[in-house]
Amino acid sequence: MSALLDVHDFSVAFGASQPVKGVSFTANPGEMLAIVGESGSGKSLTALGLIGLLPHHAKTGGEIRFDGRNLLGQSERNWRKIRGRDIGMIFQEPMTSLNPVLSVGEQITEVLRIHERIDRKQARQRAVELLDLVNIPEARKRVDDYPHQLSGGMRQRVMIAIGVACNPKLLIADEATTALDVTIQAQILQLLDNLRRDLNMAVILITHDLGIVAQWADRVMVMYAGRKVEEGLPEPVFTKPYHPYTRGLLGASPRAESGHHYRQGPLIEIPGSIVSATGEKGCAFRPRCPSAQSSCGFAVPPLRQISEDRLAACPFTPTSFVSHAHDASLRS
Amino acid sequence: MTLTQSSIAPSGRLGASRTEETQAAAPEQAKDWPFLHAPDALTQSSVTVTKAGLRREVRIFLTNPNAIIGLVFLLTVIVVALAAPYLFPGDPLEMVARPFLWPGQNPVYPLGTDSMGRDVLAGIVHGARISLTVGIAATLIGLTIGVLVGSIAGYFGGIVDDVLVKLIEIFQTLPSFVLLVVLVAIAQPNVLTVTSAIGIITWPTVARLTRAEFRAIREKDYVLAARSLGYGHVRIVFREILPNALPPIIVTSSVMVAGAILMEAALSFMGLGDPNRVSWGSMIGAGRDVIRTAWYLTALPGLAIVFTVISLNLISDGLNDALNPRFSEERR
Repeated sequence: MSALLDVHDFSVAFGASQPVKGVSFTANPGEMLAIVGESGSGKSLTALGLIGLLPHHAKTGGEIRFDGRNLLGQSERNWRKIRGRDIGMIFQEPMTSLNPVLSVGEQITEVLRIHERIDRKQARQRAVELLDLVNIPEARKRVDDYPHQLSGGMRQRVMIAIGVACNPKLLIADEATTALDVTIQAQILQLLDNLRRDLNMAVILITHDLGIVAQWADRVMVMYAGRKVEEGLPEPVFTKPYHPYTRGLLGASPRAESGHHYRQGPLIEIPGSIVSATGEKGCAFRPRCPSAQSSCGFAVPPLRQISEDRLAACPFTPTSFVSHAHDASLRS
Repeated sequence: MTLTQSSIAPSGRLGASRTEETQAAAPEQAKDWPFLHAPDALTQSSVTVTKAGLRREVRIFLTNPNAIIGLVFLLTVIVVALAAPYLFPGDPLEMVARPFLWPGQNPVYPLGTDSMGRDVLAGIVHGARISLTVGIAATLIGLTIGVLVGSIAGYFGGIVDDVLVKLIEIFQTLPSFVLLVVLVAIAQPNVLTVTSAIGIITWPTVARLTRAEFRAIREKDYVLAARSLGYGHVRIVFREILPNALPPIIVTSSVMVAGAILMEAALSFMGLGDPNRVSWGSMIGAGRDVIRTAWYLTALPGLAIVFTVISLNLISDGLNDALNPRFSEERR
């Protein structure tokens, strides 16, 4: 199998601590892969690693094969050709991710003119087309607007336009909708969904919003403390979570029809927090796990194949999935 | 609260059907619907802001009466300086009348003559040329060196930063005026050497300011976004960061012009100015010997310096009000 992106045993270390401890995953053209996990699980560092923007003192290990070549160890010069042209990235904060002193059009044409042989006029024409593509009304007028004249949702659309300007093969959306309100979130995700189909582009969606994952992702990968703990199609993962962390995450997300509201009682949480990434033995989730056994402390549980397309890093099979079975609502 | 009761599933999936469910199940709960967000205030306010940023700043500057006074006076000085060869043709260092004519004694020489019978008004008008030339040119030299050093130090950080900061500190530990005198005394005092010497002693201030701005802006999201698009260092420094770092640099530069004018005057006063050109400082220096009998010879060029420097300071204050990000709610 030759995937577009094949990450193998990728790790990131800062001195003694290792926030990303060997992650493997693949992404295919046109696929939307979601990486979920709480803060500190290593998902954003993985994303930065994919685009070569980790801090200089970070030590990386493993392999990132993109389009047949290993990205780790590429020179900075090569990285600059890859970034923006082959791999695009969208960040969390649309309010601050655009340069306030350059007009929207200038920011789009700039990336086009760096990566493609294209003159000023053509670049401007493409900028208008791109703004059109991301559903910005009156693109011809908006192209000369400055970021502060646009709303948050519009700015994120502009960020997406910049991200896909050079038809990248892979787009990384790092919490791209977290800062937006829910109605805009849905629009932005719909847009990303259309774009990945139209441009046959792989999208890696990094998020902690499980609702987004369930609705939009083709495949979901759950990360905890720098390791992949579960992977599979969204529906099986959410209806039959094998890893207790996935169960905890699902339990911690409020749901309307349950009538669960913070005014009526405390929301369910996973006790504790991600333990320090250094020096723990065994399963990293053990201190917070409701079903931990003494054997969990001996070694890191390996990922095991549960079914085709399904991996989980917990040796125990849950006795029942009753509390998580929402097949009806998930399928509706 | 047990897991069974919470009926865990991802939020946000198929909002429409969920809304119906909720409303059907508990109509009064719709009021507490936790996912309904009103558009936030920022989005609202940024929609109404349609004026271009630059125009707004110009407007703030032009509604400041102090800044207008400063600007008008400075423009007058500039016009007079430019028109000096036409207003007072001939060498202002030539003897034209009886020495020590007091102002008003002879209507041909409204500001009188000095100890050598030279026209004081012609001296002041021609002196404005030197003062402004030296002030502006020295500031440009100081700005160029300072912005270059400061941006390199602030952008790259690390060892480069350490070395450059040490260099800045060496310059700052030396008493700057003593250094200026030494520099001018070693070189032949003429307009070029005086200008360069003033530029050389003023750059560390700009460098420190630029470095601080760059260190702050370097961490902004749009710089990370620019890196994720494959931009090179030069482009990021000059196109992404520098325009955003300019406001405080512009404000400082107007004070620097005033400082440079004062330094040039001080050098000329000490006899270290260009001997072949009349300047305000050299006029004060020449009048010093006769200050008890003909005080107007020091007071008149002194007033010219005072008013020019005050007008530059007023302009600087006005620019500060208009450009300082802390007073500008839109810039972030």
